[in-house]
Formats: sequence, structure tokens, C-alpha cells
Amino acid sequence: MKVSYNWLKEYLNLENITPEQLADQITLTGIEVDSLIVPGEGLKKLVVGEVRTVEKMEGSDHLNVTQVDVGAEELYQIVCGAPNVAENQKVVVALPGARLPGNFKIKKSKLRGHVSNGMICSLEELGFSDSVIPKRIEDGIYVLPEEAIVGADALSYLGLDDIIIDLDITPNRADAMSMRGVAYEAGTILSQNPEFEKVSLSENAEDLIENYMTVSVQAKEDTPDYKLRIVKDVIVKESPLWLQRKLMNAGIRPIDSVVDVTNYIMLEYGQPLHAFDYDALNSKEIYVRRAKQDEKIITLDGQERTLNQDNLVVTNGDQPVALAGVMGGQNSHVTEKTRTVAIESAVFASSLVRKTAQSLNLRSESSSRFERGLNLGTVQAALDHATALIAEINGGQIVSGIAEIEVTKPLEKKVSITLQRINHVLGTELSLEEVASIFIRLQFEYTLVEDEFIISVPLRRWDISIEADLLEEVARVYGYNKIPSTLPMMESTPGELNDKQRLTRFIHRYLEGSGLAQTISYALTTPEKAERFSMKPSKTTNLDWPMSEEHKTLRLSLISGLVDNAAYNAARQMKNIALYEVGHVFYENESGNLPLEEEHVAGLLSGSLTENTWSNTAQPVDFYTLKGIVEELLETIGIKETIKFAADSSFNDLHPGRTAEIYLGEEKIGVIGQIHPEIAGVFDLEETYVFELSVDALVAAEKNSVLYAAIPKYPGTSRDIALLVEETISHNEVMDVIEANGGKWLQQVRLFDLYQGEHIEAGKKSIAYSLAYLNPEATLKEEEVNKDFEKVKKALKQELNAEIR
Amino acid sequence: MDLKEKLAILADKATQEMKSVSTVEELETLRVSYLGKKGELTQVLKGMKDLSADERPVIGQLANQVRDDLTNQMSMTRETIQKQVLNKRLAEETLDVTLPGVKPIKGQSHVITQIIEEIEDLFLGMGYQIVEGNEVEEDYYNFERVNLPQNHPARDMQDTFYITSKVLMRTHTSPLQARTLETHDFSKGPLKMISPGKVYRRDTDDATHSHQFHQIEGMVIDKHITMADLKGTLETLAKKMFGENREIRLRPSYFPFTEPSVEVDVSCFKCGGKGCNVCKHTGWIEILGAGMTHPEVLKMSGVDPEIYGGFAFGMGPDRIAMLKYGVDDIRNFYLNDQRFLKQFKVRG
Repeated sequence: MKVSYNWLKEYLNLENITPEQLADQITLTGIEVDSLIVPGEGLKKLVVGEVRTVEKMEGSDHLNVTQVDVGAEELYQIVCGAPNVAENQKVVVALPGARLPGNFKIKKSKLRGHVSNGMICSLEELGFSDSVIPKRIEDGIYVLPEEAIVGADALSYLGLDDIIIDLDITPNRADAMSMRGVAYEAGTILSQNPEFEKVSLSENAEDLIENYMTVSVQAKEDTPDYKLRIVKDVIVKESPLWLQRKLMNAGIRPIDSVVDVTNYIMLEYGQPLHAFDYDALNSKEIYVRRAKQDEKIITLDGQERTLNQDNLVVTNGDQPVALAGVMGGQNSHVTEKTRTVAIESAVFASSLVRKTAQSLNLRSESSSRFERGLNLGTVQAALDHATALIAEINGGQIVSGIAEIEVTKPLEKKVSITLQRINHVLGTELSLEEVASIFIRLQFEYTLVEDEFIISVPLRRWDISIEADLLEEVARVYGYNKIPSTLPMMESTPGELNDKQRLTRFIHRYLEGSGLAQTISYALTTPEKAERFSMKPSKTTNLDWPMSEEHKTLRLSLISGLVDNAAYNAARQMKNIALYEVGHVFYENESGNLPLEEEHVAGLLSGSLTENTWSNTAQPVDFYTLKGIVEELLETIGIKETIKFAADSSFNDLHPGRTAEIYLGEEKIGVIGQIHPEIAGVFDLEETYVFELSVDALVAAEKNSVLYAAIPKYPGTSRDIALLVEETISHNEVMDVIEANGGKWLQQVRLFDLYQGEHIEAGKKSIAYSLAYLNPEATLKEEEVNKDFEKVKKALKQELNAEIR
Repeated sequence: MDLKEKLAILADKATQEMKSVSTVEELETLRVSYLGKKGELTQVLKGMKDLSADERPVIGQLANQVRDDLTNQMSMTRETIQKQVLNKRLAEETLDVTLPGVKPIKGQSHVITQIIEEIEDLFLGMGYQIVEGNEVEEDYYNFERVNLPQNHPARDMQDTFYITSKVLMRTHTSPLQARTLETHDFSKGPLKMISPGKVYRRDTDDATHSHQFHQIEGMVIDKHITMADLKGTLETLAKKMFGENREIRLRPSYFPFTEPSVEVDVSCFKCGGKGCNVCKHTGWIEILGAGMTHPEVLKMSGVDPEIYGGFAFGMGPDRIAMLKYGVDDIRNFYLNDQRFLKQFKVRG
């Protein structure tokens, strides 16, 4: 809402405050001031001139040479290209030395050999926005009324001496979407009661509304109030300058002397009005109803709109003539030819106006006010004022009476609050007198019963209906910054992370310590990427109405996002990539409304973890680099159940020979593998390894509790063994045999060598293990260990056909 | 030449030779050649048998003294040589200590996670619990239960990604307030919670808008929680996040789930309030929304607003990170360029 400071001055005495101070106060007590606009900022040497002569410039198809009286001794010769320049016009002249918006300086100049002593200005040149410049002078200069005084400063004529306070109005303060509402708000700040001009309406007593119009509505819920007046014998023209000025400074384009009045009244009262060409209605009846399915109306903007039962229309008893509260119909709008005007002032259900404006994408000053509710106390006052003004400006006779539906008089709500409650909630120590003075400044009438204020809420503040609303009024007028600052005094509660939060933080720190950087990717991605690398089959969850294909589907895996991130980095010459992410994946949920959200962690390695340095050569990462990180993570989490890595070739996007599913007992909790070379190629990635684990599964898993084990007092011993086995025999198989036959003193088995190639029979591999033995209670005897070790050898030979080397 | 003279010459000669010895090995050779079983001293002493009984003890004593002297000299020489050898070795081992060290590999958490954890830790210390929830929500919890019924004009303030007419991407973490309120057992104490997480809005991504971003909301409900308590809590937060000298300013605002509602400005941490680019020359930076929990929100969750009340506040970690570190494009947080991520490894 753009509030003209000059306009506000009509209601309040603003002598003792500057616009800046008032704007600050408004921000601190009620409504955020978006900006303070000074439209005339930087403008100077702009005067009223009178065009005396206009001559076509020879050799130019559009330039004119004019002689203009600017109040100086001699006429100024000014070259002007505007098509509408004419003799005897009063115009705005920028004299040599003048400054226009954008720090544009006007100098005496020569155009095609003709001296030009300045410029005759259009509104655009004076800094007016295209959206407010009247259509008829879009390409031309602005012509001032005849009364303008030659040589006078032109700024005040155009309202360029005004200051505009642009308010950012929250949905609860729709009362401030009117000049009167803002005047009350400013009045509260200044402890003044705004004063409004009394409107007198002279009706033609012999001409009765009944002879022109009756109104009715289909449903009172949809149309709680509908009033209409008629003015005859009007002459529609350009509005007087004061009216145009007010509209333009409020951001509204002047149209004609009828529509401008309806807009002006809407700005003053917040009550949207609509003016019909009475004759074009072609009926003596107005009926407001829901539109029929697929009913059509051509709105003012020339567009044909197809309607449905959620749209409310004003009809002439048969055809729609307006989209109620949103936009008038083309068939009935006011034109220059209009002689009889029907002025509507109504209340339409906000939800219907909202739906209509939204579905037809037709937001207007009018619809935004209906949507947020109206002051039920000024439906008629606004109508009367508009009617009087239309008659005054356009000439014409006011038909006696109002065509209206029956409406019960709106009553002021009673809302109560006690002093004790105010201080209890605000943490203040206000007295009865202090609170009373706040209600007086708000111009809220009240009665006081002991410490209870019973407030009669004025109709202009329809946002107030419960105690909390009054609390807010008291708090903001008292001043939020005067409220003391304390910390809650209450029963103490433990503030601690829950198991999942603690584990999640541990995972973060662990992976960071392993060299991985945390990323945060978009959960919404393309349908194709969303499904990639999913640990389990699931349908995806899709937006109903996405803004783009890029962000349409919720991810089933985190790896997909990490691969995107890796590709982004690789494309920027970063080949060493180490990333992780913790976040939700979204599985379908057959038994509920919402998808199953699972917290996952995923990691990605590509290139090397380190750079080549003067002292170290970087090792490229491989499957086992990443597996080690995952194994150590799972080990330090202390999961009780055995973790298994089972080879898997079912992932389309992972290397079929370099992928393992990770099992916690029987439960699949993760995956690790190399990105399929084909996919890596698509993303322009080198060998890239990834893992993903379900954090939720890790949280749920039973953990080992740490129990101190005494440091052994006796020395242990170890035996090394090298085997030659078929290359298809896995490490796990060997380990199983060793562990099953190791005897009771075997503590640990460590793989320390693996070789395949030269000097080894094709199809075989050489592997070597170190077996550590320890008896915690006595020194181990050589013979005992040898006996146990022989058993292992024998078993390896028998079970795996291993050759002991 | 009598033995006495011979001993004196021997001692002199040995001392002289010792001076030109430069290694431990040479010294040992010298020692053997004088003091060894077949050494010169032994040779000289062989002449003892020709001496009278009177002279023997005198010469014997003299010989012992020569032996002791030489032994002492040799051990001192040995120490000197050893010291020289060590010094030489140390000199040879000198490093260029300005060469870079071998650093352990180290990643870092995302700057938004850092901000969130910092705020979490502050509130954990004040006895709050952290409540997390689903990013896909029911319209009912996301809107209706926070006092935003269908067709409420404030629904315009947040354009929403719908999945079905009843299911959506949460537009704020407020549904967790409703979900926690309806399960909290007030007989076991007050409710103090913060809820960090991702939220989604129907916005076109640009430098200042992101369809996905983060939010942290907090709520305290008990029998006597005041607006002054809200102010004190937010002041504590502002000082923690932006420095001890920060002040806050409350301005009236509107959120459907609180009343009174306020916007909270923090005095500019860059210019201290004098006015600069960061605060757009106002001296204040808008950082939070807050207010006293709306009685309808409590009522809908089965909490009696006549008895219980409290406050709620919300802020955007993305915005805080942008302000705090001067990040000028919100998309940086989600592109995951390693050159961006690595900048936040320093924990100031």
C-alpha cells in the first residue's frame, strides 16, 4: 500500500514529525515500511509553461519548434517531438540546467540547426512508472489544467513534492489497506484522532431507485452485502488533476472520471467499488449468483474467461456482467458514452474472491481487499461518498435511494482482557492507567470492571476477535522494545541429543576425519536420477505440479546426488573428490499417506584422497579404500551383529564385479561399489567408488557395550601361513576355515599378502595370513601352538584344496 | 736411559700422538699400542725385573700413574671425538623446517550443518530437546494445525509443492510443533524444543531464492512463559551467533501461529549499527520471526491455552550463513563445489 504523505496530512496534523520519523514509528509499532519514496528527488528547474506557437520543423516528420512562455521576459524556443503538443497547452518545461530522474541534465542545445532551450516533459521523463501513466498520453507530453500558473514550480502540480510511504501489509492488517485505516494507525502513534470530511449527498427526490434497479443475491454467505446507487446525466471525461495525482502516487493508473472516483474511494475507505454503464446492463435487475459450469464472460481486459461453480458473478438477471470482486465485464463497463452510472458497493465472500482471482490469475487491488475482508461499517459510506463525487465531477443527478439486499446491521464485537493477563503474558508491570491510555490512543471504547477491560472493537478493526489480538495491540502500542528481557524460569529439563542425533553427529565427525567433505544436495531431482542407486525397489514420490523436470521427484538414494556433485567438481578440474551426505530418502509407503522417509548416509571417493606432494606420492583410491572407511565406521559404532559384505551384481549403475551389499545379520543396510564405467563415462568421472548406509538401521542395531579387558600379562606368539588357492576362493571362505579350526588360543587373523601373476600358476592366487595366539592366563607352550596351527593347515588343505607354501 | 726417563718419553709421545687422533677407531688403536697387553707400556715395564727392590715400588707407582693419566686423557679425547661426530651428524641432518608438513587428510561439515549444530548446542545447554521429522507432510499439520486453514490469505506467503491435495513438501518445520504438542506430557515438565531441518517452497532458484533451504524453529510452552522470556532467549541467541555486543529489536509482524508476532532485527555485526552494505544502511538485520504461540495452535493440539502458553521463533540457517560469511548466492550451498565447501573447514 502506497501512502501519500500529502494525502495523510488531510486527516492528521503532521507538523511536528518528519516523514522519516513517522515511517520509523509505523514500522516499530505496527506495519513494516518497505521504503520511503521521494518521487521528486533530484528534480529541479521544472516549471509550468504555456505553449504559444507550434510549427512543424522542416525536414522532420515528427519534430516541432515551439515557442513557450515560461514566465520569463522572452518566450523560450523548445524543440518538441511529442505528437500531442498543441498551442495554448499548459505543460511541464524542464529549463536549461534542469535535472531529471537518473541525474539527466537538460542543456541548451541545437537540433537540426534549431535552438532548443529546454524540454517539454512527458510523465515518463519525470520518472512516473509506465504502469500509472494514463493510456491516452502514453506517447506524449502531459498537459496541465488551464488554471496552472505559468512560471510556477511544476512539481506540486504533479504530486512530485509528495513523499510516499510504501507499507508492506501483513494479512492480518487489511484494515491498513485504506487511507483511513492508515490515518487511524498513524493517529495511534501520534495520539491524535484523525478527522474526515463529512460527505453530503444531494439526491433528486423525485427520481427513485425503484424505477431503475432491484438487487438480489443467490446466497447471503456468498454475498453478505450488496448496495447500488445510480447517477444520471453524467459526462465522462478526464479526471481533475488532484484526483489523477492521488491515484498515480498510489500506483494506480487514471482511466476516466468515473472509474478514477471508484478507485479513489477504494483507496480512502478500503471498499472496492464497481461502476456499470447502466444502459449497457440492459436490465432493471442485478442478481448475484455462482457461475454455471463453463459459463463465459469477457472481462474488461478483453479476455474471455470460462467459469465454474466456484466463481461468483454479478448478472443482469441473465448474463454475467462482472466477476464479483475481481473484474468487471466488457459488456457493461463505463465508457465516454456512458450517461447513467450504476455504482456497486458490496461484500463478497473472501474465499470465493480468492479462488476466482487465483484460478484465473487475476489479482487486482479490488480482489486483494475482498480476500482479506472489509470494514462492514463503511460499505454504505463509501458508496455515498463515491456517488457524491461522481455527481460533482461528472455533473449529473443522483437518483434517490439505494438498491440493496437486506442486511442486519453489523455489531461491534466485545472482547475482554484483564490487566493481570496482560502482564502475565508480556512479562511487564503495566498499570491500569497505562493500559487504558493505550486503548484510548487506539480509539477503542471500553468499560473497566475491576481489572478487566471489556473492549468494543470498532468495525474498522475486524482483525480483532480474541484476547490474544488485544494483547498484541497493547504490546505493540506500548512498544516491544520497552518489554524487559528475561530467561524462562521453569522446571529444568535435560537438554540432550537422542540416540539417533548422537549417532548422526558421530557419523559426520568420523567421515570428516576420514577426509570426506559434507555436501547438501537437492532432495527433489529428475525422475531418472531419483531412482538411480536405490538400495531397494520402490516407487518414487512425485510433485503434483513441479516447476521443472529438474526438481520433480524425491530421491530414493543419496548416491545419485553425490554423483551429480562429483561430476560438477570434475568438470571444474577437481579430479580428487571425497564427499559425503546425510539426508532423507523417500520410499513409497503402501500403508500410509506419507512416503517412508529413511535417514541415510552416503559417501563418494574419486581420484586420490591426497595430492602428490614433495614427500608423498598420492595413491589412487580403490574399492578397498572406501570399504576400509565403511568397515571402520561400522566397527567404531560397535554393532553387535556380524556385518557382511556380499558380492552383488544386481545394481544397473554399479560395476557388476565390484559391488557388495552390506548386511547386518539378515537385514540389508547398505551398498558399496564402483560406479559403472558406463555411467561414470556419462558424468565424465574417473574411477569412482560410493557407499550408502541406512542410518536408521544403524540406530536400531544393537550395540556392543565397551567392557574393559585386562591387558594380557603373558606374551602371545604368532604363525604365518602362505597358501596357493584357486582364485575364485574368497578371503571370507579362507577366514571361515581358519577361524573354525583355529583352536581356543587364536586371537586374530590378519591377511598380509595377496599375490597373483608371474611365478604363480594361472587361475591361482597366493595369499598369506598371520595368526596371533595368546593364552591370557599362562605362557603359551610351543607344542600347543604348533598343534593348533597344524590343524588349520590340514583343514585348509582338505577343505579348500590349498597348497601350503 | 733409566726406566723413569723411558716412562716419561712414552707418556709424552702418547700424549702427542693422541692430539692427531680424529676417530674413535684410531683412538682405540692408539690405546692398544700403548696400554694393551703387548703395548709399549708393557714393553717398558718388562725392564722392571732388573731393578732393585727399592726402586721397584717407586717405578711401579710411576708406571701406574702414567697408565692412569693416559687412560684419563684417552677417555677425554674419546668424549671430544664423540661430541664432534655427533655435532657433525646433527649438522648434516639439518632440515628446511619451512617445507610443508605431511597433513592428515581431513574433510569438514557443510557450513549450514555448522550453523545448525552451533544453534543446537546453545539450546541443548538451555535444556531444549531437538525434534526432527519428515520433510513430506500432511497439509493438515503443515497448515491447518498451525492456524492456517484452507483459503487463509497467509497461505499466499508460502507457495507450496504439493504431492497430492493432502500431502506436500513441508514449507516450514512448524508441523513439528503441532506434532510434539499433541504428544507432550506436561505432567512431566515443560516443553522446550527446537526443530532444525530442510523445508521447501515453490520458488525459482536464483541468488536469493532456493526451492530447498533450512529452518530452525524453537518453542517453549509452560504455565508462565512471557514475551520478556522470548526477548531474553532471542538476545542470548543473537549474542551467541553474531557476537557479544549485539542488540536485538522487535518489530510487529504477522504469523498465523503466533500472536503477538514479531520480526526480530539484530544490530549489524559488520558496522555495529552505523549503517553499511550488509544492513542496507539501516544498522539492523532481519534475522528471525517470533511470537507468543497462538491459543488456537495450543487448543488444536489439546493443550489448554488458559493454563499453558509460551513462545515460538524461527530462523533460516542459510540466511545466517550468507550474512555471517558474506555468501552472495544461496545456490552455492547446494552446488557442493569443493572449493566452496573447503572454505568452511576453519572453526573460528
